[in-house]
Amino acid sequence: MLFTSVDDVSARLAETGYLASPAVATTVFLADRLGKPLLVEGPAGVGKTELAKAVAEVADARLVRLQCYEGVDESRALYEWNHAKQLLRISAGRDETWDETRTDIFSEDFLLPRPLLTAIRGDDPKVLLIDETDKADVEVEGLLLEVLSDFQITVPELGTVTATRRPFVVLTSNASRELSEALRRRCLFLHIGFPEEELERRIVRLKVPALDETLAASVVRVVGALRAMDLRKVPSVAETIDWARTLLALGADTLDETVVRDTLGVLLKHQDDVLKAAAKLDLDAV
Amino acid sequence: MTAPGVAERLTSLVGALRAHGMRIGTGETVDAAQAMAELGLADRELLREGLAATLLHGPAQRQVFDPVFDLYFPRGVGAPETESAGREDLRDRLAAALAAQDLALMGQLAAEAVDGFGGYGTSPESDGWSSYQTLERIRPQTLFARVRDNVRTRDGGSGFADRLLDDEIRRRIETFRRLVAAEARRRVAERRDRDELARRAVAPTADRVDFLYAGKDRLAELRRTVQPLARKLATRLAARRRRAARGSIDLRRTLRGSLSTGGVPMKPVLRRRRPVRPELVLLCDVSGSVSGFSDFTMLLVQALHDQFSKVRTFAFVNRIDEVTGFLVHGTADPEGLGAHIRTRATLTGWHESSDYGVALGEFAERYGDAVGPRTTVFVLGDARTNMSDPNLAAVRQVAQRARRVYWLNPEPRTQWGTGDSAALDYAGLVEMHECRNARQLGALVARLLPV
Repeated sequence: MLFTSVDDVSARLAETGYLASPAVATTVFLADRLGKPLLVEGPAGVGKTELAKAVAEVADARLVRLQCYEGVDESRALYEWNHAKQLLRISAGRDETWDETRTDIFSEDFLLPRPLLTAIRGDDPKVLLIDETDKADVEVEGLLLEVLSDFQITVPELGTVTATRRPFVVLTSNASRELSEALRRRCLFLHIGFPEEELERRIVRLKVPALDETLAASVVRVVGALRAMDLRKVPSVAETIDWARTLLALGADTLDETVVRDTLGVLLKHQDDVLKAAAKLDLDAV
Repeated sequence: MTAPGVAERLTSLVGALRAHGMRIGTGETVDAAQAMAELGLADRELLREGLAATLLHGPAQRQVFDPVFDLYFPRGVGAPETESAGREDLRDRLAAALAAQDLALMGQLAAEAVDGFGGYGTSPESDGWSSYQTLERIRPQTLFARVRDNVRTRDGGSGFADRLLDDEIRRRIETFRRLVAAEARRRVAERRDRDELARRAVAPTADRVDFLYAGKDRLAELRRTVQPLARKLATRLAARRRRAARGSIDLRRTLRGSLSTGGVPMKPVLRRRRPVRPELVLLCDVSGSVSGFSDFTMLLVQALHDQFSKVRTFAFVNRIDEVTGFLVHGTADPEGLGAHIRTRATLTGWHESSDYGVALGEFAERYGDAVGPRTTVFVLGDARTNMSDPNLAAVRQVAQRARRVYWLNPEPRTQWGTGDSAALDYAGLVEMHECRNARQLGALVARLLPV
């Protein structure tokens, strides 16, 4: 057990610089207590990956990361036999019987553990981050099922490796593909949306401490107004922080039309969004 | 920790969620009970998050979960403890709470408001609590100017962010309205059967809302789902294409090749895939009765346009016109699309009501060359011809020239052929599918689109 209570989760995550909303703190606490993987969904840039890093830091655990992409397969996710080393071993031991050699080359010495196997072997605490699960093919989800429900991996030549100490597992997804029901059932589900105004203000203050407090408040209000608009890509927390840093670098003390118009590109990534926002915020009325 | 009463309440909560179409297994219910044991019942918001984490599988379900949770785990029981002093006093305090953005106080005021002004009826059978009546008496929207002045005098009312104030206050008032609605539901639930209420009074998830009966805000919400839905369908189509590319065995050529090995087929020959360029033609009824449906479908198919070399879209009421140009990818404004099409394109002749016969006839005549042997035609509409001739000959003609013709009908199957609906006549000629909500549409589009 990593945490004693939900408040303990919030407090300790905050020490590492991750401000968690009550929903995030509660779900992390439950994931720890129930020993279930945590499936985190949400728009890009709200801190899904950061959450796993923060938990790893709090738990003083090693972060094992599996970055998913189209075409990631068993040999990248689970384990692989070190063929080159096996060949060397065979040619080095010429006067052995074949049976001895065979049992030897399929031993742990010749196994290359990939993230999933690494995460369940050994006794030290680990946080397993399976990033962008939705990018992987459907077949990989099948691989994950055994790992996530029983925390074990079957290697045909060696037998089944079972975790002596369960890692804290975080899966992230941008929902570009619907994950299978079987995978969702094995996980606790957490949707991280855009934070409340008050929380976002605290995040900005924490990440950009040099920024004036009233300016930080205005920044968050403008971003909130942009999110309420119907844009192609609404600004995320990462963009808010970028914008705050930009304003700091420009030495702006307060927001005004010129500053906002010149820096809107930091927040919005499509030209039609910029035009729409400029019209809405009356930036042309200078 | 979990007393029998609590376990029973949890299972009926799960039952209510299942009635809304969520698939929740026993395993998740057990997890939820464990979560309750870990979190305790002291903090209601923690409990809400805990149950959401264990029971839900997607963000769209949250919208159903929250009101149902409020019914089964209410904030309080009975009337609020503070007695309301009167309408004006309540409005004063509400204005202050809105200005200060104090959510807790707003919730408390919502409870007082429903208690003081929402009750109707006197006999125990017919009485109840109405959020509509409460809001009519309190009229929170009329506090707008007062709240704005309050905030301005407090903050000095200058600076760039001041221009955002109006929208912010509107959103706060909207929040208060939702609080009142939730509170009224809770009070009603104390008098009536909670399970019944949870099934009926909680709005379904956006993808299960009937296109024909969706309100304006639900339609707007639906349109926002177009992009993610299109992306999901696109990846699914791509996966199908990849699978198809691995090919099946070409028996004839395998046997031909096996002659050199004495008739033993040593090398299987795979069927060579001919690259196809599927073309799509959409015919959309945009008359008032079904416009929500066809707008949505048009946007969806247009969002998928990367997948198809050619998408041509036609709109009709009683005349037909091509609207492909209005649907330029990315710049299409979902809100104004329907209105835009109706004002810019020639869709009506002498009257305003839809006439399938004339419109389809005109299509076959004027745009007949849009349909070829590679074309898949989708007709979107309710097939209600206002008693005029359905012109089956035109449909037959299109069906003969096209590769496939599908008709998506937003009406429930039971209503096909009733009244002025010619659905059954058309269904005899082309494949007609019931397509009442976004969920059905997504499934159909994924199945029917040519790969």
